[in-house]
Amino acid sequence: MSAPSAAPAAPDRGRGSPRRIAVYLAGRLLGAAASMAAVTVTAFFLFRVLPGDPVRTMTQGRAVTEAQLDELRRQYGLDKPLGEQFLDYCSGLLRLDLGVSYQYRAPVTELIAERLWPTVLLAGTGTLLAAVLGLWLGTRAAWRRGRVVDQVNTGLALTLWSVPTFWLGLLLIVVFAGTGGFPTGGMATPGVRGPAAALDVAHHMVLPVATMVAVVYAQYLMIMRSSLLTEMGSDYLVTARAKGLRDALVLRRHAVPNALLPTVTLVFLNLGQVVAGAILVETVFSWPGLGQLFYQGLRLPDLPLVQGLFVFFSAGVILMNLLADLVYPLLDPRVRV
Amino acid sequence: MSGTPARPSPRALARQRRRLALSGFWRRYRRHRAGLLGLAGLVLFVLLALAAPLLVAPGDLSVTRAPHDAYQPPAPAHPLGTDNFGRSLLDLVVWGSRVSLTVGFLATLVSVGLGTLVGITAGHYRGVAGAVLMRVTDWFLVLPTLVLAVALATVLSRSTLTIVIAIGITAWPTTARLVRAQTLAVEARPYIERSRALGGGHTHIMLRHVLPNVLPLVLAQTTLLVASSIIAESTLAFLGLGDPGTVSWGGTLQDARRAGAVSSGVWWYLLPPGAAIALVALSFTLCGRAVEGALDPRSREGR
Repeated sequence: MSAPSAAPAAPDRGRGSPRRIAVYLAGRLLGAAASMAAVTVTAFFLFRVLPGDPVRTMTQGRAVTEAQLDELRRQYGLDKPLGEQFLDYCSGLLRLDLGVSYQYRAPVTELIAERLWPTVLLAGTGTLLAAVLGLWLGTRAAWRRGRVVDQVNTGLALTLWSVPTFWLGLLLIVVFAGTGGFPTGGMATPGVRGPAAALDVAHHMVLPVATMVAVVYAQYLMIMRSSLLTEMGSDYLVTARAKGLRDALVLRRHAVPNALLPTVTLVFLNLGQVVAGAILVETVFSWPGLGQLFYQGLRLPDLPLVQGLFVFFSAGVILMNLLADLVYPLLDPRVRV
Repeated sequence: MSGTPARPSPRALARQRRRLALSGFWRRYRRHRAGLLGLAGLVLFVLLALAAPLLVAPGDLSVTRAPHDAYQPPAPAHPLGTDNFGRSLLDLVVWGSRVSLTVGFLATLVSVGLGTLVGITAGHYRGVAGAVLMRVTDWFLVLPTLVLAVALATVLSRSTLTIVIAIGITAWPTTARLVRAQTLAVEARPYIERSRALGGGHTHIMLRHVLPNVLPLVLAQTTLLVASSIIAESTLAFLGLGDPGTVSWGGTLQDARRAGAVSSGVWWYLLPPGAAIALVALSFTLCGRAVEGALDPRSREGR
């Protein structure tokens, strides 16, 4: 807390000055760039330096001659020295070229672009619903701490959190395949056109989204609960209540906005787990997105595809974290740069 | 043992202090009813895993000479039903607990060990070394863990050890961050300065002063991590990356899916292994939360 008289000493170093903002932005951008570079290098060496010959893995279980292996190596550029391969890979990345998939015989970038939107739709809806549900229930649990509402909510959340995502999905399929009600696989019914198509997709989304929300919302609930409990011990809430504000108002106007901040950061930081959730949910429900593509790539294993998706998923998470870093000061005046 | 009865040796004093701290910890732990429930569940599953060779005959898990008919719903001879080969699901769940718990514990050991090492080192050596370590930790923290674990498991050969490594390598950054924060707090205390003034070296301070103070936190983190490691193991096995030669809960679920149990509605093939995973994970989570609560001075008045 600097005294007002000290403020004019260094006008361009004060809070919110363009220079400070520029330094903050540059730091975050550099950090993200360093992470991205590390991901790039890891993705390359992870799939090449570790034991195992990609061409042999590719042809596992099939009878192939040595000449065929050599031909495959040349086709995928695996006969070149490692350094040259790395340069090819890096320059490819800059041109958004992630190589050619072994099993689809199509550029990985094209495959990703094709499958991106279903995943964004599914994961986006799931995350949004999980965040809203978690924040709401977490607030209620903290406000009625120790009562039945709290115990039931916390217990249910912890139980659902302990359940493996894919198993919950499988159980839902068994239940709904028997009773009908909701489609248990795919994204759309073939042949449905026009406005009915959107409704059809929404209908197909019910079970996958429900699975995702059930497993993810628990952490948001727990963080919101503990963050609100910390706030509830603060003096300003006693003041607010002493002024004669009703409890509901104290909660809504004073406690919740402050408790919300750490939770919102967590929503962004958790995107890595959302990716994991998407892979499992899409695999179980045959949702035609990136997660299912990843699973199909794994089975062969289709190294360019898996490597490309690894880079893509990591880049997505790094980008989201960068976004969280940039947005956070706008939300919370206390960390304004 | 060498101290005279009149003046107990420092060693005996330390031992007594530790015993007191332990009994105090247990007293606070006991207040968490959910924690006791979790502990009971945990003990039950560990006993089950240890007793598995007594409960399941070797031939009962054979695929070719299975003891029952395939796809039988639960009945007295096989209380949880049978799988597509005719093996009793109860036997599979009992036997699967061995792999699932082993992987859960070992992977946690790897990740907690690595996390503690990195955390203490980064907290002790501030400056360039510490900064670089934290940069690496932060980088691992943002990586999508499942994708990394899957990538590792794909590249390495299929074995239980691979799964342990894949989970261990991806799960340590959280521990490292926690341990580093605690290390910084411990090293700010005056007795560290005293120890340094008396000539205590880096290793001495890290091992004799920082580590014992960090361990309680690590314990809480360990119990929580075992839960997520067990879920991660089942997930990798379900994605087909497990060791096909062993019986594990995730592997059984993968078998069930491959055999078409999902579309034919053979619910008893799916229900037991998943429920076992959920129960064990829940037990560990409840324990971890109770340990956290018992260690946290702010929550000593109970929750």
